Amino acid sequence: MNAPLASPALAAKDFKSDYKPVWCPGCGDYSVLTAVTKALAMLNLRPENVAVVSGIGCSSRIPAYTTCYGFHGVHGRSLPAATGLKVARPDLTVLVASGDGDGYSIGGNHFLHACRRNVDLTYIVMDNHVYGMTKGQPSPTTEPDWSSKLAPRGTGVREFHPLVIALASGANFIARGFSGDPNGVAGLIAEAVRHPGFSFVEVLSPCVTFRPEQRAWKEAARPAPVAATDDPARAARRLMTDDGFNIGVLYKGNRPAYAGLPAAATHSTADLERGFQLQEH
Amino acid sequence: MSRPEPATSPADEEAYADFMSRAYTMELEAIERYAQFADALETHNNREVAQLFRKLSEIESLHAKRILAEMRWPSLPALPAAYAWDGVEGPETAPFDAVHYLMQPYHALEIALRCEVQAQKYYEDIAAGAAPRRVKLAAKEMAAEEAEHVALIQEWMKKVPQPAPGWDEDPDPPRMND
Repeated sequence: MNAPLASPALAAKDFKSDYKPVWCPGCGDYSVLTAVTKALAMLNLRPENVAVVSGIGCSSRIPAYTTCYGFHGVHGRSLPAATGLKVARPDLTVLVASGDGDGYSIGGNHFLHACRRNVDLTYIVMDNHVYGMTKGQPSPTTEPDWSSKLAPRGTGVREFHPLVIALASGANFIARGFSGDPNGVAGLIAEAVRHPGFSFVEVLSPCVTFRPEQRAWKEAARPAPVAATDDPARAARRLMTDDGFNIGVLYKGNRPAYAGLPAAATHSTADLERGFQLQEH
Repeated sequence: MSRPEPATSPADEEAYADFMSRAYTMELEAIERYAQFADALETHNNREVAQLFRKLSEIESLHAKRILAEMRWPSLPALPAAYAWDGVEGPETAPFDAVHYLMQPYHALEIALRCEVQAQKYYEDIAAGAAPRRVKLAAKEMAAEEAEHVALIQEWMKKVPQPAPGWDEDPDPPRMND
């Protein structure tokens, strides 16, 4: 008889719900779902101690496909909801799922301030450079010359650089994954969860329906040639000059996570309600 | 699968257990991926291909059960969440983007064939490498099994129609931006 190897208490499948994803067959988001569940198993977490919060879009369907607590929120507002949840329930592991439209356009402002606040969240953005759910409009990360019926000859507008923006805004952990490597993405998510503060994991997740040419990303994606740095200036230089296909942890900062208000400054719900009561004259 | 000869040293025993754990993980990954494909195709009302992927998942389950029986593990072996494979996933795992909502049974079998060929090569490489004798024997046996599966799938492919050109043309396509 052979001794079994060490393993997590729960398996990845224990984090998958009975709801079947409705994504297009071949979509990269299937892989991200697998990666999320594998990461949670690797971290030895339990579904009841994890919340998955999302906004709107293909990627934002993820909470329903897990057995964790879930909140499928308002377009672009996954981060404020997740921030409130984490501050109120710091004991929970909070994952936030978004896409390039939800996260960088409708929720762009929240992205900046979530990085700045550095609340201990893990933000996973499935970036396919297109609005898939609404049939293929250009998103903030769409290449300026990507021509389609909805944007003939392209938008002519330069792309948003999410990793650079995240660094400049104060994110404490920045990584890029590729959905073609679900085990690699699982490792990145697990590391992001372990790292204190706001962790940002951008996952290149091809849209096989509206951007079938993105299947070629599997040839472009490769491990980043250098190890992660904790020096923001060095990270900035790397992120500004990479071609968007370097995979791995790219920045690990040392900023302490947002620790909440001092106990003396907190109020009970009853106190707050009293403050809003109208006075009778 | 017949039980290979006993190991000659604890190190060999460990190498054999590791080899079988990897083989088991390969099967689990394949089971899961085919089931995911089946779910995805079912959701998109391509029931014929969904059924085929379901069947492939079941076939891989049988292989996994045989490994468990062979190893006589007292319970399901506790496996690491991910092994480091030469590729990004196990050699018998089809990539997520291998499927299309209008795909036909022939396409599904093409995917299965690629996976079986990769698995066969994986075991052949181990059998031809510098592993302990017991591992090499088991790998040789598994490579032969995978070769049988390759032949079976090739036979299966002869029984299903080859897709006509334009099989992926949808009169009511989801994409409007061509």
